[in-house]
Amino acid sequence: MRAIAEGLLTDEQPPRLIGGRERETGRIVYPCPPGDTCEPVPLGREGRLWSYTIQRFRPKTPPYAGPEAFLPWVIAYVELPGEVIVEAPLVGVAFEDVKIGMPVRFTTIALDPDAADPVAMPAFEPIAAGDAA
Amino acid sequence: MSGDVCIVGVGIHPFGRTDGRSGVEQGVFAVKQALADAGVEWPQVQFAYGASDAAGNPDSMVDRLGLTGVQFINVRNGCAAGGSALFSAQMAIKSGEFDLGIAVGFDKHPRGAFNALPAEYNLPDWYGEVGQMVTTQFFAAKIMRYMAMFGISQRSLGMVAEKAFRNAVHAPHAWRRRPVPLDEILEAPLVSDPYTKYMFCSPAEGGVALILASEKKARELGKPLIRLKAATMRTRPPHSFEVFAPSVDVVEDDTRPRGTASRIASAAAFDVAGIGPDDIDVAQLQDTEAGAEIMHMAENGFCADGDQEQWLAEGRTEIGGVLPVNTDGGCLACGEPIGASGLRQVYENVVQLRGDGGGRQVQGKDGAGPRTAYSHVYGAPGVSAVTILER
Repeated sequence: MRAIAEGLLTDEQPPRLIGGRERETGRIVYPCPPGDTCEPVPLGREGRLWSYTIQRFRPKTPPYAGPEAFLPWVIAYVELPGEVIVEAPLVGVAFEDVKIGMPVRFTTIALDPDAADPVAMPAFEPIAAGDAA
Repeated sequence: MSGDVCIVGVGIHPFGRTDGRSGVEQGVFAVKQALADAGVEWPQVQFAYGASDAAGNPDSMVDRLGLTGVQFINVRNGCAAGGSALFSAQMAIKSGEFDLGIAVGFDKHPRGAFNALPAEYNLPDWYGEVGQMVTTQFFAAKIMRYMAMFGISQRSLGMVAEKAFRNAVHAPHAWRRRPVPLDEILEAPLVSDPYTKYMFCSPAEGGVALILASEKKARELGKPLIRLKAATMRTRPPHSFEVFAPSVDVVEDDTRPRGTASRIASAAAFDVAGIGPDDIDVAQLQDTEAGAEIMHMAENGFCADGDQEQWLAEGRTEIGGVLPVNTDGGCLACGEPIGASGLRQVYENVVQLRGDGGGRQVQGKDGAGPRTAYSHVYGAPGVSAVTILER
């Protein structure tokens, strides 16, 4: 499955997110912006839930390009320690079990699994107790 | 110029939905009402600053008001557009260049959530394609973290919304003027957790005009002196958490709230006015969602983070409380026409300072009506505007 955009995910399997380290300040941002102010850096795979909400209505199209059939999802901000807090869906968890501070791991999901040529987008999933890497 | 800049006339086109009347026409309606209120004619107006985000060029209203050759500058500055127009109008008088002018704002947005596109915010297209170009996600995620950090309950969010609709019953310009019971607010469908549909404001329509004059001119007009003691507009500091943010900076101590444009604009306004939060008798705080009012109480210096739970339980922000907040129902009850929204807050403050609030009139510390009034807006991509009025 190809990534939804160039320069977003590393080529390895499984992929990591690519952030941008500002050459002047060392600050890390995501995604890595075009131009030469930032150097692309792979981001850590594991972090903790910083905040979240649940997207309960289908976003307007355009720009949303997901499936017509809508199911609510968790939109998460995940703190990758010492790097940056990134925004992506959190999958594989019941809404009532989502807790700020819970450990999560990077993964990818299909934006529309039923599409003819599905694209991969960033996401996170919970790290189960006793499942730490 | 000596003395203060004064607000000598106010006008408003009712907020909500007015089919068949354009945004510009709603702005013209407000200007005409403000002129009549001030007792001045359009040809006397020396300059205008006009704010609109999505309803056309404000200066096109000279067609309807009269081709007097008046200086008319358009302002487009996100949610701070109205505040920026007011700041600019104030400076035009303070500089001594003019002594009578207008700040006007209007807007007319389609139904449903604002439909922003990534390119307008310097973001890649994929960010919109995956469904993250949605303002409500940010507002909900911001309050979700704040609630966890400072012990704010979802019930308190409901109490803010319940107060808004109850206050709006007495505000003729408000949109949603039916009281909604707290249980109905809390049990309504969730839009973006923890917010139910009653806890978010909606894009709307409306227009507001304020006539500003030098103190000397205001005395000539014989109007009660409503002094604009401070008008500030600021942008965001480092590490702030803003709408449409694919990433947020990590910070060493993340147990305290982060800096915001609101904190900077507020501190600057109190500094300019030479008074503090305890001196304010009535406040209009940006409440695009119920939690925004709660967070903005602290960001504007009125209480400590976490004290809001007790403030609401004790009714301190009610019309009869020590600091009435959003006396006309705020954005929750009036909706948010971006260009007009910040000026509506100032309109409401002028009404309160004049004692014209009717069923929503604030009595003030000594029962003789409020003497000071505060307004605050916040919006994308991290802008805030504050005013302080005094009579």
